[in-house]
Amino acid sequence: MTISLNDVKKVAKLASLRITEQEAHRYVENLQGILELAKQLKTVDIESIQPITHCIDLPQHLRVDQVTESNQRDRLQQLTEYVQSGLYCVPLVIESR
Amino acid sequence: MRSASLHDYTLHELSIALKNKKVSSKELTSYFLARINSYDPDLNSFITITAEHAYRQAEMADAQHKKGTAGPLTGIPIAHKDIFCTNYIKTSCASKMLDNFIAPYDASLVNALNQAGAVLLGKTNMDEFAMGSSNETSFYGPSKNPWDLTRVPGGSSGGSSAAVAARLVPAATATDTGGSIRQPAAFCNLTGLKPTYGRVSRYGLIAFASSLDQAGPITQTAEDAALLMNVMAGFDEKDSSSVNEPVPDYTRSLNDSIQGLSIGLPKEYFSSDLDPHVAAILETAIKQYERLGARVKTVSLPNCHLAIPLYYIIASAECSSNLARYDGIRYGYRCSNPLNLCDLYERTRAEGFGEEVKRRLLMGTYVLSAGYYDAYYLRAQKIRSLIMQEFKEAFQQVDILLGPTTPTTAFKLGEKIRDPISMYLSDIYTSAINLAGLPALSIPAGFIDGLPFGMQLISPPFTEGKLLNVAHRYQQVTDWHKKLPKGF
Repeated sequence: MTISLNDVKKVAKLASLRITEQEAHRYVENLQGILELAKQLKTVDIESIQPITHCIDLPQHLRVDQVTESNQRDRLQQLTEYVQSGLYCVPLVIESR
Repeated sequence: MRSASLHDYTLHELSIALKNKKVSSKELTSYFLARINSYDPDLNSFITITAEHAYRQAEMADAQHKKGTAGPLTGIPIAHKDIFCTNYIKTSCASKMLDNFIAPYDASLVNALNQAGAVLLGKTNMDEFAMGSSNETSFYGPSKNPWDLTRVPGGSSGGSSAAVAARLVPAATATDTGGSIRQPAAFCNLTGLKPTYGRVSRYGLIAFASSLDQAGPITQTAEDAALLMNVMAGFDEKDSSSVNEPVPDYTRSLNDSIQGLSIGLPKEYFSSDLDPHVAAILETAIKQYERLGARVKTVSLPNCHLAIPLYYIIASAECSSNLARYDGIRYGYRCSNPLNLCDLYERTRAEGFGEEVKRRLLMGTYVLSAGYYDAYYLRAQKIRSLIMQEFKEAFQQVDILLGPTTPTTAFKLGEKIRDPISMYLSDIYTSAINLAGLPALSIPAGFIDGLPFGMQLISPPFTEGKLLNVAHRYQQVTDWHKKLPKGF
């Protein structure tokens, strides 16, 4: 399977990554190299194999559904300068008239 | 104790010295901080040095020793890989994205070591978000190998391995997603243990590939690793993949006899492609084990050659999902003057992530996207199941597996950074173990042209005690692990 320049641009959009034309060309080459390696995987017969969910075959541990964390809103909001009146600031999403 | 040579002691020896009041934690802290100040400008093994914090912890540790309430790690200086969240301390994951991030809580592993009285000297350099095998993808520049400053210390835990190898700290924590504890340990003549998946809590470990990531120690000896594992291992309610298995005292089985131990040599690891110097080192180590009473048998892992492509599909897929959280809104880097919300996301991520991280995000998004999921990701998860089965079958025949940790010794800085595939292939012997969730360690086994070479031991799930025992017995009769790089 080959990867095209358009594939890379589409994937970059899906990954929310801005890339330049020059970078896109480089990534086509890089990703193609990894996909070449991945070709080996096609030689394996996987018909009867179940995909794994966890390396260690044990049931999922469930903890009691109760609140254990205290409210740290003020401290957590100190992690960015883009806060006003306890709210995170982002560019305008809905256009004003 | 002669303070001029405190760095010659192992963690275990320093623990005894502290207990016998031959040295105080404050003295140790100041001694190792001075070494960091002297040597780290050349090595670049630390991103953050936490001197004030360390002295506060050392004071508390000395008080505990005075009161007689100290444990084996009380007062021992350590360093954490900068992937572990440390409350009120910068936690960057070696990325521009988190260059301004002060973690608001401690990782469970950090908390456990704090409770045990360890003294944090600083946070070590690493590949950005642990993506790399050379420490060269770090936003803060590469760390250097103390055995040869023109070479890489390995990665992703290269800062931890460089710092311990130069004895700037007696031991350090690290993480391993495809070889990131074992490969740097091998490149720097150290002992590095990747525990069973689920053995050490991942809570507060900044996620790269959640089904593969596992934390462990990088130390001078297996004995030191056992002391750290006694504190690091254990069930954690906060990590849903943590496994509730009892934690043994890993130091108790260190000296067990290995008479009758059966060691498996995977024939695929010993093919004709193996470098003759590497083959000779492993041959000598195998003979050593036979003298200790072990029996050797050839086994087969027929699909282990698929580990690298499998790893790069699964790890990239998981990282593209995990790193979606870095959007510039609530913490971390944010681009300036965004035109709109999409522009903010796309430019923040383009400017905040480095080249290797972006490559993997694109790869991961590609293999998870509509039309490709079944062909790549689902197929990879099925073949992963096959790899696990092959290890299971091997362990029905033998107790442990032995092979090289890496195909070569440490490579030159800049040698592979422009060729991602060649870099990926340096993890050829380590990544299958992460895919199967098994414990494995690397120990010093010899030198090639003056550079250290590591041997890898692999065992069934939750048998870290056996691995440490087999490594310790080897270190009792060899002195590779005692060799130090010149100039430090």
